[in-house]
Amino acid sequence: MTAKLRSSLLAPALAIAFSALLCAIALLISGANPASALGVMIGQVGEGQVAVDIVNSTAIYMLAALAAAIGFQMNLLNIGVEGQYRIGALVAAIVGSALVLPPVLHWLVILLVAAVAGATWALLPAILKVTRGVHEVLSTIMMNAIAFGLAAYLIRRDQFGILIGNNVSTEPIPESGQVPGIDLGARGTVFGLVFLAVVAAAVYGVVMKRTRFGFELRASGESPTAAAAGGVNAKRMIVVSLLVSGAVGGLVGMPEILGRDHAYTLNFASGYGFAGLGIALLGRNHPVGIAFGSLLWAFLEKAKVALDNVGVPREIATIMQGAIVISVVVAYEIVKRMDLAAEQRRVGRALGTAEPAEADAGGAR
Amino acid sequence: MSLRSVLAGRVKPGREKALRFKRGVAVTAIALTSVLSVVGCAKDSASSDNPSGGQNNNASGCQTVDKPAAASGATSSESAASDVDASQLKVGLAFDIGGRGDASFNDSAAAGLDQAIADLGVKKENTKELTATDQESEDSKQTRLRQLAQEGHNPVISVGFAYSEATKVIAGQFPNTQFAVVDGFVEGAPKNVTFLGFAEHEGSFLVGVIAALKSESCKIGFVGGVNVPLIQKFQAGFEQGVKAVAPDAEVIARYITEAGDLTGFTDAPKGQVTAKGLIDEGADVVYHAAGASGKGVFAAAKEGGVMAIGVDSDQYNQATVAEYKDVIITSMLKRVDVAVFDYIAAVAAGDMGGLPQVFDLKVNGVGYSTSGGKIDDETKEWVESYKQQIIDGEITVADTPAAS
Repeated sequence: MTAKLRSSLLAPALAIAFSALLCAIALLISGANPASALGVMIGQVGEGQVAVDIVNSTAIYMLAALAAAIGFQMNLLNIGVEGQYRIGALVAAIVGSALVLPPVLHWLVILLVAAVAGATWALLPAILKVTRGVHEVLSTIMMNAIAFGLAAYLIRRDQFGILIGNNVSTEPIPESGQVPGIDLGARGTVFGLVFLAVVAAAVYGVVMKRTRFGFELRASGESPTAAAAGGVNAKRMIVVSLLVSGAVGGLVGMPEILGRDHAYTLNFASGYGFAGLGIALLGRNHPVGIAFGSLLWAFLEKAKVALDNVGVPREIATIMQGAIVISVVVAYEIVKRMDLAAEQRRVGRALGTAEPAEADAGGAR
Repeated sequence: MSLRSVLAGRVKPGREKALRFKRGVAVTAIALTSVLSVVGCAKDSASSDNPSGGQNNNASGCQTVDKPAAASGATSSESAASDVDASQLKVGLAFDIGGRGDASFNDSAAAGLDQAIADLGVKKENTKELTATDQESEDSKQTRLRQLAQEGHNPVISVGFAYSEATKVIAGQFPNTQFAVVDGFVEGAPKNVTFLGFAEHEGSFLVGVIAALKSESCKIGFVGGVNVPLIQKFQAGFEQGVKAVAPDAEVIARYITEAGDLTGFTDAPKGQVTAKGLIDEGADVVYHAAGASGKGVFAAAKEGGVMAIGVDSDQYNQATVAEYKDVIITSMLKRVDVAVFDYIAAVAAGDMGGLPQVFDLKVNGVGYSTSGGKIDDETKEWVESYKQQIIDGEITVADTPAAS
């Protein structure tokens, strides 16, 4: 247990330390002081509404990362979260503005629409995967491109868009569909749907660890042949996990749309889906890991604005995000090998032989 | 992780599975391409609406209408009085993506600030410039504006319509600070917000006239950065200007990216590929409204040996695109610099009433440049005549493309 705890904490710690080192080097090269840059980034949290913005963004990144993690659990790389959340947000904004319903029901219907739209966007890659063996990386990337095109089409003025100055927006969602947040006055407003992300993470954790479905999902990911031998219907698992991943992906845009913007506009933020992939990797598909990864990501994203303010190139934060992901991958690999070697030594000692290669058959993978 | 699953899928079931995989990819690819091309066709037919095809390749250039009468009335406009003292002002400038150095839109705003420093006595150390990143969310824009306002900058000028909503929110929190949004508009903004809007279609009409006069092949290209209403204004005016002079000319319009993907304003290689496509189709004059991607458009024009028309700033004189200056025959000037300068002067004078509602041809808010000596007097007479007709209201320039 302690060894497990060590390896699960050591790797991210190593990764963050290593990426901080990379960033310090980048900062030094660009002629800035790393310590003061870090100070500014941390100081930024206390400024204005930044702390609340970080919480809100954390929730959004969590949803995106959970969507990616559901696929990752069975080795499905759903690169399509980016397109799924865009389609989910746009369709939900259009439908939500057209409906007249009492408050709570209105939210639920909008959320359901977003999830269904996201799942629908994942349906084609799922079908192609199980019927034709098309790799989901290819098909989901293609679906992203189509999502962008379709979204651009649907928001045209002759479709669902209305022109406001130079901006185009969908019809605003009426008040009954707007999810109230926690108003902290000058500190900002925490989106009500932050709790959706928390609930989603909890449900994800329970389903993965405590249900048959979660077990089958993870088994299919660990060893498809073993899972098939155990009676798991691989095709069904692929379809279900991609659809669930797409459904969660469809929800990513909801905190912002129902909590702040109340419409889908040209300014709708992009990139959450891709960030989600990195965060799921960072959090090792674990709900708590994902929560912390999202928090870190949101912090970097919001602190970026402060770097620009003190004259440090804001790209530094982007470098830091990239460095973290690559460091995590490397660090986990290093820690895994260290653990494996330790395991081999331990088994070797227990068996009284000096040949640790024997232990490899036991393959603690 | 991915590699493992790919390998597992391929190695195990042998050739048959691999073949099926390939066939599946091919089928998807074909399906996707056809969907894409249908979308593409729809867009093309929407943007290039020329039934006659404009195939007259006579060496003397495009068939043009008769030259209009010479301009009579003088355009009367002068910049806001530069005897105001703005030395007490702290000016905050929030750029759109691309920032200072994009050689067009943002640089034009920066030029306005620089001029205010030179002429109005604004102290350089009292100014601050921040820049947006693409893909950022609304709250980052708010944070940026809040920082500027909190540090005592007044006025805070943001560049780009994407700041409209954020400015409305932050202006409400800082009622004693003046805010301006270039290109912006939003309903219900507080009184301390000024929107600086432009008639881009009118300026684009004029460079359309030039393009029609200069084209030999009678095919003229337009490269838009992102397919949004703002950039469609450039396209609409440009097309109308071309058709006014050469009714048979063909304008091929392409956008680098569709709405929602803002990289079209910052991606020079994409701009180059888009422009190259137009040049390969026979366009010999290419006008771009693509921000920093325009650099790629100029590169393609130079490589293809055709003429290019710049946008926003006088791009012939822009250092960042200096290596391509010989292909830039003119630029559509969107005088964001004038608007920013006038606005700072107005804030210093404490009187916003004198600012025009729209920076159009009448107030020299838009126009065209002649740097580089590619515009001869004959061409100039044409353009000035049309300019006068637009100012006089004899020609109304549409702000949306004809067929969309």
